Amino acid sequence: MSLITASQLVKTYRTEAIDVRALQAVSFEIESGSFLAFVGPSGSGKTTLLNLIGCLDKPTSGELQVGGMDVVKLGRRQAAEFRGQNIGFIFQSFNLIAVLTAFENVEYPLVMVQELPLAERRDRVLKALQAVDMLEQKNQMPDQLSGGQKQRVAIARALVTRPKLVLADEPTANLDHETAYLILRLMKQMRDNFSTTFIFSTHDTRIIGEAEIVYTLEDGRLLGREERQVAHV
Amino acid sequence: MFNIVKIAVKNIRRYRRRTLLTISLIAFGVVFVLVFVAVSSSFKDIMIRQITNSYLGDLQIHRRGYVASIETLPLNLNLSPQQAANAVKALKENPEVSAFSERIKFGAMFSNFTETTNIRINGVVPENEFAACPAMSTRISDGDKSAGALAKGKILVPALLARGMGSKVGDTVVIIATNRDGSVNGKTLVISGILESATGPGGRDGYVHIDDAMEILRMTQREISEFAISLKEPERVDRVAESLSAQLGEVVKDPKKAPFQVHTWAELSPFSNIAKIVDLMTIFVKVMLIAIVLISILNVMIMAVYERVREIGTIAAIGTLPSKILILFLVEGLFLGVAGALVGLVAALAIVLGLNVWKVSFNFGQTTGLVLLPSLDLNQIVVACAMVIGVSIVASLQPAFKASRMEPIDALRHV
Repeated sequence: MSLITASQLVKTYRTEAIDVRALQAVSFEIESGSFLAFVGPSGSGKTTLLNLIGCLDKPTSGELQVGGMDVVKLGRRQAAEFRGQNIGFIFQSFNLIAVLTAFENVEYPLVMVQELPLAERRDRVLKALQAVDMLEQKNQMPDQLSGGQKQRVAIARALVTRPKLVLADEPTANLDHETAYLILRLMKQMRDNFSTTFIFSTHDTRIIGEAEIVYTLEDGRLLGREERQVAHV
Repeated sequence: MFNIVKIAVKNIRRYRRRTLLTISLIAFGVVFVLVFVAVSSSFKDIMIRQITNSYLGDLQIHRRGYVASIETLPLNLNLSPQQAANAVKALKENPEVSAFSERIKFGAMFSNFTETTNIRINGVVPENEFAACPAMSTRISDGDKSAGALAKGKILVPALLARGMGSKVGDTVVIIATNRDGSVNGKTLVISGILESATGPGGRDGYVHIDDAMEILRMTQREISEFAISLKEPERVDRVAESLSAQLGEVVKDPKKAPFQVHTWAELSPFSNIAKIVDLMTIFVKVMLIAIVLISILNVMIMAVYERVREIGTIAAIGTLPSKILILFLVEGLFLGVAGALVGLVAALAIVLGLNVWKVSFNFGQTTGLVLLPSLDLNQIVVACAMVIGVSIVASLQPAFKASRMEPIDALRHV
């Protein structure tokens, strides 16, 4: 069953001088439960594509459905609600809130977005932190954590709302190779445990091998799709 | 909402120095306003009580047109005995009146047998005068300080005149006046006391017994120039003036033709203008407080939004609704205002308490040794705090609105 269906997606950024076509007639389908990577050099359109899928931006033309919802037609508030209920985000720079502990960072979307009661929040946050092996550091502030630990907390934050889809834009760009590899394995493990679809973008050839499906982008065009046989963790 | 407050407080604590500086600024403004209000109210109250209790009373009743020509103390504008009796009846029936004093006022010549000068004389019933103007005795610097000082044949002389004429207690003087018919009469009186002057009209008047005044003016029936009235609750002066006017109007059946005019102390004393200036200054100080709160909170919140653009992008991306982002920043501004107001309130109360303990005294005009006893009522505190909190919200609105309107994709790109 398709979680995401994109048809003839075009995204053009208009500046005063020129129009930049970031995406050119991109079409694809992504199955639920996939562990998928968009790869390509800088400027190939990976981040633009993730932004469109994540309802952070709208295509100039084309159709895009996520979880059966025509996300192109969503208004600002509806898009925020849709993201809060269905999509988790992992950022290249982790983007943890500096004044909150690891526990509070993971709890944040449950408080501010899903408004769950305290007991359920606590239960979910502890489980999420345990899943990423960060339970012991739950009371630490972001500046007391290493890059890898921050990204683990970010993964827990993305998963704690039990989204259908997690989008990760260059999640390993700020990590050393070993940590990057571990983070990728962790994400895949989370996919296996929670049946959440993981889509990430990368230009790091060393970790592409971890993806089960790889879409290659170049100059805003989808060049190809490759399925890989990767042993599950 | 509690969680939003919790997060807002954590956000505020992240920039401790800036937060402390802002709270201190707001607190300083609150202290300035509250202490100013407390001290100026105290100053006003002291001066008003000084004036009303010394000679003016809270209210006065005159015959219509008398006050307009009061400088000449016109005897032909006195209240007739029947009108005076009507006024006395109305005053006795009014439950808010604590005491009143009927006066015959006239201009006269004051002679110590070597020199002569002019003087304004109040003929009064001593007991009534001392009841309506209880601070009268405090003005008597030398001589008898009781109502006995105004027994028949005695005179209280204003200090400036006594000094100028070289008169002292026990001296015999002559008061000469022209009556309504134009005939001149005089009476020998003994100085029973020297009256220190007070601020405003009547502060330099001499006092004699009302019977002596009638004798000098050859009055066969008691005509009254004015009634000075003290109230049980002086702060209700305007309402009592209204009710008394209506009451006096009823006496003669037609209020429009009533021969009486009721004046409050504020309509008779130039100090009311000083009181108005003090009130204006209070408003000005409050405007300054608004400016301080507005600028400090606006500045802090603009900085907060500018420094947290990526964070705003992150929380928006993970699904935080714009309305919640707006509330989050509003609560941050509100917290700064509330904290500043509370700190300022505590400091202001401490300063006011300190001023009451130290008993700061001051001189005003000829009046010396007035003691400031500032106090803050709940109303003043609520107004100042509500102002700070209201302005905090207004100041936070623009930055909060800006934060809530940020596109997450742009905010996430912010470096």
